[in-house]
Amino acid sequence: MSGFAKPLKIALGLAVIAALIVVPMNFNRYGLFILSQWAVMAIAAMGLNLTLGYAGQVSLAQGAFVGIGAYAAAIMTTHGWPLPAAIVVAIALSFAVGWVLGYPALRVQHHYLAFVTLAFSTLAFLVFRNESWLTGGIYGISNIPRPHIFGIATNKPLPFYYVCLGSLAIVSLAVWWLIRSPWGRAFMALRENPLRAQSLGIDTRRYTLMAFAIGSALGGVAGALYAPLTQYIDPVPFNLSLSLDLLMMVIVGGAGFFLGPFLGAMIAVLLPEWLRFTEGYYLMLYAIAVMGLLIWSPTGILGILDRYLAERRTKAASALRAVAKSRLETVQ
Amino acid sequence: MSNLFDLLVAGLATGAIYALVAVGFTLLWQTSQTINFAQGEFVMLPAFLMLAAMHAGAPFWLAIILGILLSMLLLGLAFKMLLVDPMMRHGVLPLAIATMALAIGLKEAVKQFFSAEASPFPSIVPTGDIAILGHNVSLQSIGVLVLAILAVFGLTALLNRTSLGHQMQAAAQNPTVARIIGVPVERMILLTFLINAFLVALASLLITPIYLAKFTSGEVLGQAAFIAAIVGGFNQVRGAIAGGLLIGVLDNLAAAYVSTQYRAAVPMIFLIAVILFRPQGLLGRAEERTV
Repeated sequence: MSGFAKPLKIALGLAVIAALIVVPMNFNRYGLFILSQWAVMAIAAMGLNLTLGYAGQVSLAQGAFVGIGAYAAAIMTTHGWPLPAAIVVAIALSFAVGWVLGYPALRVQHHYLAFVTLAFSTLAFLVFRNESWLTGGIYGISNIPRPHIFGIATNKPLPFYYVCLGSLAIVSLAVWWLIRSPWGRAFMALRENPLRAQSLGIDTRRYTLMAFAIGSALGGVAGALYAPLTQYIDPVPFNLSLSLDLLMMVIVGGAGFFLGPFLGAMIAVLLPEWLRFTEGYYLMLYAIAVMGLLIWSPTGILGILDRYLAERRTKAASALRAVAKSRLETVQ
Repeated sequence: MSNLFDLLVAGLATGAIYALVAVGFTLLWQTSQTINFAQGEFVMLPAFLMLAAMHAGAPFWLAIILGILLSMLLLGLAFKMLLVDPMMRHGVLPLAIATMALAIGLKEAVKQFFSAEASPFPSIVPTGDIAILGHNVSLQSIGVLVLAILAVFGLTALLNRTSLGHQMQAAAQNPTVARIIGVPVERMILLTFLINAFLVALASLLITPIYLAKFTSGEVLGQAAFIAAIVGGFNQVRGAIAGGLLIGVLDNLAAAYVSTQYRAAVPMIFLIAVILFRPQGLLGRAEERTV
């Protein structure tokens, strides 16, 4: 992205934000629901992008953390607690469980780690389904209230969309700050070369656990918003396929790019909706589109842009060199 | 005790099918670092190909042959050429994600072009019970077990006893050196994809009469095979066989003695334990770290 001039980048960013605020104002209920879902999934994908894209730890359990957050929020808000308190609990719970799940990451890497997290994901689903004294089992939890923010009721779709969008903005700023802090640098060092990171004095053990815990906590935030968004939850949405979907979002958008999760969530949530006019074929076309995109650019959508900008930069640089050289020659 | 005996036989029969699928899974991993998340759907599809052939009027035996050939063409050749080859150079993860998308695509295609309902599927082994050691055992379980074991033995013999098998192993273990000593590595990799397609078609033929043909039936199966492959040892064919049998038996015993609600949890907890304490799998060799 650094190829654009800075003012242009800021203007573009502001235009997108303004569009996200203004355009949905006359959307119908369903459109707002889909857009809110995009915001929620983008938060979860951003968490996974921290774990996977920046720290290089493969996790197939992000969907389970969305589930943990959703159940925490659903159980607390139906018992009269306010949503912000539920979000804090969801964060704390996901953080703690994520920290514990990070321990296998200290012993095994790559695909083995993916398998451990996959098993965890299935176990979490079984707990959601079977512990009906807590989670309502297969009947789930219904009548989840939507919160009052600064005294304004958000029962209607539009106000709640702004709650989701606002949360996305807060999480984005926090992640933006995090990846530019020494912690973010340490995460990237972990991804690029763990051995070297360790020899430079980075406590790889602590940072691996941190990467897992923070990424999972964001999954919890997404879940805590998902529950009041749908106002009804059961175990089905939080099975393994949600974890796989979130992983797909991160890779398709571009793992390790800040904006990757936004685009990835857009592809995964909005593209199937746009393809709905093809009726029975829409998921098939979606699958073909994802495969085609990955064949074209295995580093995701932002990988294409990155490659293009890198090429342009090299061209510009070599042009500058040529100019400088010809100047030198004319001087001589 | 009679209960335990029945459970063991049934568990070994499903386990033998898991083993077939898991062996294909490890073959793909060994030769091309493909983690095939669509492996379960690969088992689901051939049954529908065979059903389609039968609907078109082919007799059962012809439908089986057509189904196996078509799956080798689609799930072997086309899968490798169109999806794996372009992405192999770019690391494990993008390809794994692409196979997830493929799994969605296959499921939706079957749902759209065939049926969303479960269809019955004829059994190639006779149904009924026979008495063994005073127990009534279903012929189907025995037949499945025997056929799966034959297939696995055939494959092991191919890999260990023939020159072709040795070339395949060489291509999997060290492609660079294999190329230097004249092994056609590319052709060997293609061969493993064809073998995988054959194995999943066979598994499909054996398991579909038991669980019916449905577009979602690959989900559970794929996961079971996946776990079997890891538990047994991701880099060993015999590990995958042992893992398949073990998971099949464990799953059946867990359903009977632990709880039906948490039956799926037992293989998962086992998996986590194996990865933490013996990450190379029960029969696998430790992989060297490349750092």
